[in-house]
Amino acid sequence: MANVPEGLKYTKSHEWISEQGGTYTVGLTDFAQDALGDLVFINLPQEGDCVTAGETLCDVESVKAVSDVFSPVTGTISEVNEALADSPEMINETPYGAWIARVEGVSDIEELLDAAAYVAFCGKE
Amino acid sequence: MEKKTPLYEVHVSEGGKIVPFADYLLPVQYPTGILAEHEAVRTRAGLFDVSHMGEVMLTGPTALASVNHLITNDYATLKTGRMRYGVLCNEHGGCIDDLIVYKFGDEEYFVVVNAANREKDFAHMVANALPGTTVEDISDGIAQLALQGPRSRDILSRIADPARLPERYYSFSRHVSVAGTDCLVSQSGYTGEFGYEIYTSAENAVALWGALIEAGEEFGLLPCGLGARDTLRLEASMPLYGHEMDDEVTPLEASLGFCVKLAKDEFIGRDALLAAGEPRRIRVGIVATDRGIIREHQDVYAGGKRIGATTSGTFAPHLRQAIAMAIVDDAHSAVGTEVEVDVRGRHLAARIVPMPFYKHA
Repeated sequence: MANVPEGLKYTKSHEWISEQGGTYTVGLTDFAQDALGDLVFINLPQEGDCVTAGETLCDVESVKAVSDVFSPVTGTISEVNEALADSPEMINETPYGAWIARVEGVSDIEELLDAAAYVAFCGKE
Repeated sequence: MEKKTPLYEVHVSEGGKIVPFADYLLPVQYPTGILAEHEAVRTRAGLFDVSHMGEVMLTGPTALASVNHLITNDYATLKTGRMRYGVLCNEHGGCIDDLIVYKFGDEEYFVVVNAANREKDFAHMVANALPGTTVEDISDGIAQLALQGPRSRDILSRIADPARLPERYYSFSRHVSVAGTDCLVSQSGYTGEFGYEIYTSAENAVALWGALIEAGEEFGLLPCGLGARDTLRLEASMPLYGHEMDDEVTPLEASLGFCVKLAKDEFIGRDALLAAGEPRRIRVGIVATDRGIIREHQDVYAGGKRIGATTSGTFAPHLRQAIAMAIVDDAHSAVGTEVEVDVRGRHLAARIVPMPFYKHA
């Protein structure tokens, strides 16, 4: 049974998102990291990149495949978790601690699920 | 409708992530994950269910002649109790499958083929075996487990008489009692590690698996899935049919010349291979020199010119490098050649390196 913390919001593409003072932080959920398997590489985005809600933020690679991470918001990337570059497995180990990117200047947010709705959504996957 | 090996329920109960492969439902990994399973084989031991593989018996007074007619290697010198790798070619010299022939006796050959090609191979053998050879597909009655890794011998010795275990690579012993189960044990594998492939009848598969898991516990044996099987064989630069060779690639282009005996009187494909001469494209090993992972079906460039394409690629868990195999123009195939690989639109720097990428101690 995947871990789904209460205080976060979720997307149907299995990202989590939190907000503080206009800065949005994005990562992959426990369900996602379990489905992907051991992550061996991450193509991190760069500070200053523009992202669009519902479009690709970056991609991650497991042993077997490449998968897109989608941005839940439209805005500009203000910070990237560089530690993931050498240790992508942190996403497997602590999916809610190993944030991927922070976005500011957000002008659009896609429809998000709360924890209960995300759990229900995963139950049908 | 997918098939199940005799161990399907065991895989499910052990938490295996089941995927379809070559018409079978098999675990790609267990909860331990591909990286841990790969490392277990490199440092301790791993156990694989490979019961999906095909097994064909060729028997009769012309069995040897049929084997030599069908397969590129020379089996006239093969001794009873030994095995030899070879390629089944079509008349154009393209590869139908790669396989291993076990000699049970002068008139009895046990041929192990890829699961994905079993029906194709059997039909080809039936159509082309010489009169006096009986060809029988016995796959459904046979289960196969692969026990691979440096602790394999210790583990197997717990439940079988060590004096009966095959001492040489590519040799085998029949009717070895493994935890009371009648098995054929060969010293062989598809991982690049020391290990055994163990064949038994399908009804004994579950008991054999259980006995090996139990015997292996003190040595850190892990059950392993298809994901680790692929990363292990790729790290050891072992070809996989459908990737490094197919019916449009000759065994010489796949760098399998060691098992192609053009000096034999004849075999299917020999004339085409002789007519083609030295291959103009060849399989090479590539390592990324820039950050990124190379995958299969990606174009390879040297000096801005396309020289070929990758056939397999992954992040090698033990070597911790992005590795790939490719078939490239012979003119640009020298070890040390700096190349670029088109990885989803980005040109990743890489280099041609000697194979195998990994060799065990």
